Amino acid sequence: MNVAIIQFPGTNCDIDTYRVFNEILNVESTLIWHEKNTDLENYDAIVLPGGFSYGDRLRAGIIAAYSPVINQLKKLSLKGKPIIGICNGFQILVESGLLPGALLTNSNLKFICKWVDLKVETNNLFTNSFQSNSIIRMPIAHNEGRYYVSEDKLQELERNNQIVLRYSDSDGNTSMNNNPNGSISNIAAVSNSDGNVLGMMPHPERASDSLLSPYSSNDGIGIFRSMILSLEVMLKE
Amino acid sequence: MSKTEFVEHSLTDNELEYVEKSLNRKPNNIELSMIDAQWSEHCSYKSSKSLLKLLPTKGKRVLFGPGYEAGVLDVDNGQVLTMHIESHNHPSAIDPYGGAATGVGGVLRDILSIGTRPIAVLDSLRFGNLTNPNNRWLLQNVVRGIADYGNCVGIPTIGGELSFDTCYDTNCLVDVVSIGVGKKKQLIFSEAKNVGDILVLLGNSTGRDGIHGSSFASKDLEDEPTDRSAVQIPDPFIKKLIIEGTMDALSTGLVSGLKDLGGGGLACCLSEVSDMGKTGVEVDLEKIHLRESGMEPYEVLISESQERMLFIMHPDNFDTISKCFDKYNLQYSVIGKVTDTKHVVINSNGKVIVDLPTELIANAPLIHWPKTKPKYLDNKSISKPELPSDIKETILKVLSSPNLANKSWVFQQYDHEVGTNTVVKPGESGASVIRIAPDKFIAISVDGNPSHCYLDPYNGSAGVVAEAMRNVISVGAEPIAMLDHLQFGNPSNSDVFWTFNETIKSISDFCSYIGLPCVGGKVSFYNEDAKTHEAIKPSPVISVAGLIKGEHNLRTRKFNNSRPLLVMVGETFDELGGSEYYSSSGFEQSGFTPKLNFELEKRAQKLVRDGIKVGLFGAVNDCSKGGLIHSLLQMCTVSDMGASIDLSSIPTNCKRWDDLLFSESHSRFLVTIKNENFNNLINIARNHDIPVSIIGSIGGHELQIFNKDDNLFSCDLDYIRSYVYASLTKLMDGQI
Repeated sequence: MNVAIIQFPGTNCDIDTYRVFNEILNVESTLIWHEKNTDLENYDAIVLPGGFSYGDRLRAGIIAAYSPVINQLKKLSLKGKPIIGICNGFQILVESGLLPGALLTNSNLKFICKWVDLKVETNNLFTNSFQSNSIIRMPIAHNEGRYYVSEDKLQELERNNQIVLRYSDSDGNTSMNNNPNGSISNIAAVSNSDGNVLGMMPHPERASDSLLSPYSSNDGIGIFRSMILSLEVMLKE
Repeated sequence: MSKTEFVEHSLTDNELEYVEKSLNRKPNNIELSMIDAQWSEHCSYKSSKSLLKLLPTKGKRVLFGPGYEAGVLDVDNGQVLTMHIESHNHPSAIDPYGGAATGVGGVLRDILSIGTRPIAVLDSLRFGNLTNPNNRWLLQNVVRGIADYGNCVGIPTIGGELSFDTCYDTNCLVDVVSIGVGKKKQLIFSEAKNVGDILVLLGNSTGRDGIHGSSFASKDLEDEPTDRSAVQIPDPFIKKLIIEGTMDALSTGLVSGLKDLGGGGLACCLSEVSDMGKTGVEVDLEKIHLRESGMEPYEVLISESQERMLFIMHPDNFDTISKCFDKYNLQYSVIGKVTDTKHVVINSNGKVIVDLPTELIANAPLIHWPKTKPKYLDNKSISKPELPSDIKETILKVLSSPNLANKSWVFQQYDHEVGTNTVVKPGESGASVIRIAPDKFIAISVDGNPSHCYLDPYNGSAGVVAEAMRNVISVGAEPIAMLDHLQFGNPSNSDVFWTFNETIKSISDFCSYIGLPCVGGKVSFYNEDAKTHEAIKPSPVISVAGLIKGEHNLRTRKFNNSRPLLVMVGETFDELGGSEYYSSSGFEQSGFTPKLNFELEKRAQKLVRDGIKVGLFGAVNDCSKGGLIHSLLQMCTVSDMGASIDLSSIPTNCKRWDDLLFSESHSRFLVTIKNENFNNLINIARNHDIPVSIIGSIGGHELQIFNKDDNLFSCDLDYIRSYVYASLTKLMDGQI
């Protein structure tokens, strides 16, 4: 198995993500510079890691959304290839139309870096190693993480089980009190309708080593592990 | 015809005379600008150099100390740790966002210049009182500047400190520490050592930003808007690309010298690389890529445009190295070459416009200022506040000071997690910890205490070093090196220079005694009110780095149920001058400040290090600012667990509960132990000859203080956390 990790100028969570695959999960991953014209068909999954692609110029994620590598992603997403966008990667996915909605400036108008509780809302190929409705912990670190979709679209996402994670408290209450950035319906992660493209603002790669967690937890690795387990099943079939 | 017929400069008559005598001629205006930039206090240390020599700089891990771009420490297995401190005080006072952001950018370049990758940033910030809206504006934008820069460049801001004092009303202090790691064999120096090498300027184009309008004026400049900012323009995105491009270039092993362009711009950079390499350089002005047209030669030479690096390399290696820059679409130009002339020569349109001996530019004549002991030090009041009648009100009032408040309003704006190595995060302890290899960690603290330093420059300054050491010891580290940043008023004021002298003497005495080498530092003078000429309080800021080997040696302030007994290490004295308690009671000018007993401090530090090493101590916290009560509360809030203490069990000469709770005596720690380890504790205390006592236990959700059976204070932790400790957030987000 080999996971492609795409690097844009300004990406800064690439190495962190690479280390989780290669050092913690013992799954091969490869750093791929976006301009290299690498054929991504040869990779089993693709990660767009966090950071500040193109320095967030114009709008977070929008310049990277016009990189030729995104055209490949669009084609591969239709073939069911698992794709995860984390933080800035999520922003790139919404800007390129691979995921619905938009990511607006946090409601407090500040960058927020802190650990949050998240409720797993859907069991799909990125979350199937968690118990349903479990509460997991990861840090967020973003300035534009306030997810927004229209009311109709929100209902559609709900119907299709596309809402993957919600900000909550440790008991699973998803009220505004537990919403760090003002996201609509406390949404922290969504998928496409086929469930093979995931965008998430929290950083699973920062929550994959218990030494780094204030709770000695490693919930983040569950996201990557779920994907790998699903891929192994798919490859056997 | 020259458009720069008249150049304003800040050189003294003596300095000008010295220049003319050395050159045997008058310097032209461009040369004068270059000398002026390099001989500024900022670049030359001409007022402080002779005193700074007192600081001990040698140690078993020190590879390179002061005089290099960054201090370099051997942390074993071929790995090096680099560290550097910078301030951007004056720019931040004018343009807090840009000033603070370029302060971060500058210190990162220093770490990069020595061939190492920056891995963390800490910031030490001081402002006037937050009741003044201007200070809130400054704080808000300084924090945003640091956040926007550090977050984008992808280097975690892992800690720091923040305090307030009216002496900073017109002079905020913005200090940034950065650390880096690299390989010993890949270190590189800022030297042009090989004649025939070429000079390649990488990064941003050179523009008119960062030219000090106050020192320089010409007819052309008058046509510019007069309020044009002298502050440089930050670009963290380009910096991120420069870091990656530079690391790729260094990995080729073909770069022969590297230097960043900071204060004094190209002028200082060129004279320093040639002075260090004992060579000369020759540069063609027209080769430098510019941002705007019509720039005067002196503007090009002294511009402090950000995000630029000078690479020195053999011409044959240019193709290989430049490919590393091309990957990131970085701009670069070959601007000149290394010569054997020992002169800096600048050509423009085929004519020599600058020809100066490097030795002359790089070595400003030193100044020896007179010093006199300030009168206020001999006329100190020793009056004490009356014993307060309401204990609870008093405690909550002291704890609600923004100086002691929870600083999450600041550090939640910083990405302190990127890099996935931040093991002890801001707020979890007095020092932060970052992993540099499996099972190998660096602890780093940054501390200051201007209130103590004002009332007693000697004990106050040495005390800052001791506190910064205690903070890294509290996370389980062995202190290995320190940086000092000395921030004072105008050195020509003999009172100011006396306190500066005392500060260096005390830091140097204590560091020599305890064996802590100084590997770098910075001096910032002229921090005084422009109208009243009132200087800031003496403000030395000290950063200490420590090494931790083995995950089992890591500690934080967090309680763990397995070690429920609270132990006070060290003795509490009635010495509250400069304390947070006295400040909040209107006695900030009064009393004796804590004395630093070098021997006691060394023994207390050793005791705690040994106690951690043998696994005796669980949670560990330094006990200083805000006293015992604040130290305990820091532990309770991060643990989300209460505690109860008995004042009668604390070793002290204090006769009043307020003195005991709020005293900021040195050489003290709070630690927790297991119930059954009482005897081990007594043994370790006896071995180190330090008083220790069990003062209470952890548990519940209240903070409780007893005097024997008398309950003096009890308060729910959530109440303290949301109503008292949140004072900074409330002030800044306008909820008060």
